[in-house]
Amino acid sequence: MSNSRAADAPARAPKSKPGSTRRLHLPQKMRNVELFLLLVACGINAAAVVLVQLGALGHIDTTLVVLGAGLSGLVLCLHIVLRFVARDADPFILPIATLLNGIGIAMIYRIDIANGDAGWDSAAVRQTVWSGLAIACAITVMLVIRNHRVLFRYTYVSGFVAVILLLLPLVPGLGREVSGARVWIGIGSFATFQPGEIAKIALAIFFAGYLVRNRDSLSMVGRKVLWMKFPRLRDLGPILVLWALSMSVIIFQRDLGTALLYFGLFLVMLYIATGRLSWVLLGMTLFIGGAIIASQTLDYVHGRFQNWLDALNPDVYGADGGSYQLVQGLFGLAKGGLLGTGLGQGRPEITPVPQSDYIIASLGEELGLAGLFAILALYLLFVARGFRIGFAGHDDFGKLLGVGLSFVVALQCFIVIGGVTRVIPLTGLTTPFLAAGGSSLVANWIIVALLLRLSDTVRNQPRLVV
Amino acid sequence: MNRELKRVSIVVMLMFVALLTSTTVIQVFQAESLSADSRNTRTLYDSYMVERGAILVAGTPIAQSVPTEDNYKYLRTYSNAALYAPVTGFLPVNGAATGLERALNGELSGTSDSQFFDQMNSLVTGQASKGASVEVTIDPVAQQAAWDALGNLTGSVVVTEPKTGRILAMVSKPSYDPNLLSVHDDQAVTDTYQGLVNDPGNPLINRSIDALNPPGSVFKLVVASAAIESGKFTPDSAFPNLPTFTLPGSSSVVINSGGGTCGSGDTVTIATALRLSCNIPMAELGLQLGATAIREMAEKYGFNTSYSVPLDVAMSVYPTVLDDAQTALSAFGQYEVRATPMQMAMVSATIANGGVQMAPNLVEEIIAPNLSPLESFTPKTVKQVISAATAATMTQMMVNDVADGAASNARIDGVNVAGKTGTAENATNEPYTLWFTGFAPAEDPKYAITVLVEDGGGLGQKGYGNLLAAPIAKQVLEAVLNK
Repeated sequence: MSNSRAADAPARAPKSKPGSTRRLHLPQKMRNVELFLLLVACGINAAAVVLVQLGALGHIDTTLVVLGAGLSGLVLCLHIVLRFVARDADPFILPIATLLNGIGIAMIYRIDIANGDAGWDSAAVRQTVWSGLAIACAITVMLVIRNHRVLFRYTYVSGFVAVILLLLPLVPGLGREVSGARVWIGIGSFATFQPGEIAKIALAIFFAGYLVRNRDSLSMVGRKVLWMKFPRLRDLGPILVLWALSMSVIIFQRDLGTALLYFGLFLVMLYIATGRLSWVLLGMTLFIGGAIIASQTLDYVHGRFQNWLDALNPDVYGADGGSYQLVQGLFGLAKGGLLGTGLGQGRPEITPVPQSDYIIASLGEELGLAGLFAILALYLLFVARGFRIGFAGHDDFGKLLGVGLSFVVALQCFIVIGGVTRVIPLTGLTTPFLAAGGSSLVANWIIVALLLRLSDTVRNQPRLVV
Repeated sequence: MNRELKRVSIVVMLMFVALLTSTTVIQVFQAESLSADSRNTRTLYDSYMVERGAILVAGTPIAQSVPTEDNYKYLRTYSNAALYAPVTGFLPVNGAATGLERALNGELSGTSDSQFFDQMNSLVTGQASKGASVEVTIDPVAQQAAWDALGNLTGSVVVTEPKTGRILAMVSKPSYDPNLLSVHDDQAVTDTYQGLVNDPGNPLINRSIDALNPPGSVFKLVVASAAIESGKFTPDSAFPNLPTFTLPGSSSVVINSGGGTCGSGDTVTIATALRLSCNIPMAELGLQLGATAIREMAEKYGFNTSYSVPLDVAMSVYPTVLDDAQTALSAFGQYEVRATPMQMAMVSATIANGGVQMAPNLVEEIIAPNLSPLESFTPKTVKQVISAATAATMTQMMVNDVADGAASNARIDGVNVAGKTGTAENATNEPYTLWFTGFAPAEDPKYAITVLVEDGGGLGQKGYGNLLAAPIAKQVLEAVLNK
């Protein structure tokens, strides 16, 4: 399919037509839609912060409003950059990311108020600064990567970078352990960073490049068992390496969620590239088998399963590392009910870490089921825009990368929100865009930039043919 | 490739459908049960969000919610706290409430069914809902007099209105300060609470309704009621007047208090036995009546049943299986017979009210935030326990007991007081439990009173009902009769 690009070109925008020169001067329709939606998103974000202040403080305080305005300005900068370097990019991605990010800051701010944190102690202030940094990263990516095919060249470099990033937290003196999981690095006591978040982007690039290069050997040959074609033993290498990597994350970094995220991402991209269900079955068998063994042998995994299955049991609830947090989150959600308590009027601070792992429970408490549905709809729309790139794309690498990046967002949502709402065992991951955490924000905004770049390419195919 | 993409899209859809379902299940279907979970502190905090109604005595609040700046919005404060602690109970931030705070929580917090329309109204108008106030039947004069009269003794005084069942005084000593248990500091509350639990005086126990003691001689009122109501005995029915009495099938010997016979003569009547509070004739009477007859009468008076006023009253006990020796002992309120002061107050009040028992009640009125009454007290008849004639006979015997018998210290000049004292044995070397129960004026009873003094009143086995309990009753009755 990657060779079919040239064939598409004439059908799209016949350059010989006199109108085509005027086309360049036409109002940028996409960007105007985006601008309108962005203004709406910024408006909602500002309203959320004000509502939090009215609800929790009883008066309006200007500090965070000023910071929020700065953030809106930065988002508008990104928008202006898009007008120049990616004028046909998808108009929905940026407003959705802005809205989610802003709602997250409002909720983190709300919890700061409850905890009495202000200034640099305030997680909301730090989150805002991180957001600015993340958006700056996104702008840089937009400016530097003018054509996503460049990334194809760095397939193996990306893979190497991903592994290095994953291993960093295990380096003595650099790694930090936070609530049992060793997924952080820190220099001194100041800056901490979760390199695994960036690694997921590097992995997606690596998978896309690798699979495009090797899909034939992975999909064509194999032995047929029943109705399914199973791969040759020698082609099993990559999946086994990935499996080993995920398992080592579970064992050494004690992080179930990240392992599930990487492996799930790999399986989906592998399936899309090869079209063979046998890979998925094989992979799932491996992972579930590994997880079951881990749940029997590793205490923390076993505990997670028990908390999930029997959360309300007083013994499990009261145990060290038991379901206390999970149940408090459920209490918060129950308190929210259909319509929520209103921003600033619930008690999300009762739940441990209400601003990061449990931000979705905090939002559910104050915005209710209606608010959670809206947030889930935003995520779904975001993912759908990413999948659109996959459907409409013309080159396999771009298709795979677009789908991979958006699927990683979807899967991460599912793992976190599913963990909080007892669909699956709870694992520590951040809710994309919403949760407090700099590394997560930077990673997700880079994903935004890459998706914007890919979507622009999809619409502008002829320009790429050169 | 697009075929696979479509399938993956469906998987993503399913993932989100799972999340939509799980959040719906939690926030809609499980919300109620999760909110009701006792571990849910959000529900606890919410209960402080409404301005809880006050508890009033004669229009003056003894418990009320005052606004605060902290998480709880309102602080519960108690005035005259120790005096009214048995009535109000307390409302801790990290545990279960007690007293009326617990029994009438629905009304006080505005969540009872009768306040449904108020809740709807506040939901629509957005005004904060308020709880209803509760006016109690307590008479501040009686309560204060009982508190003063009990002094430093460990025990309880209960005063009721025999004709209606209103509880006019409910004092328990030693008491505690509910204000210290309603502060918004978990640790402070826990520390105070632990201190009170470990206090040897057990201040947290509301002795009026929770202390179960052997009633001793005050139980003779129940046995005499059974005898006279049966028609087989009159106050003049005579029994052999023995100095000692060996229990049937046992070598244990019963003596009258103070030793010797019960007055002079070869025989002794029920009236005399009651007046002088003798054990041996009552044991003989008890054996003739049999445990079943005594138990039936005890149960008619309210033993072996639970009731609430609306504070839950501990169940007073007359044992279900007794041999002859145990029956004889039970006839003067020993063996395993146990009674609360509230139960003995009901016995006296029933006799005072012509044998008709009125349901004891602590709640005069429940007043909605808009000052309209939600519920008003109406006297409720429980049942006719004994006939009016039996009641009159019993009253006469009790009047004689005070005027010319063992309860002489309850005598009040110019008023006919009916009463009965009790001095109950606990374990061998333990201090006695001292009682007085009675009513006044005998011809038109306005007040029934029961006094319980635990721990021998500090005198070990030297104290007795007439010495310590009867004067307390006298002091309280004087205070309320002179009102």
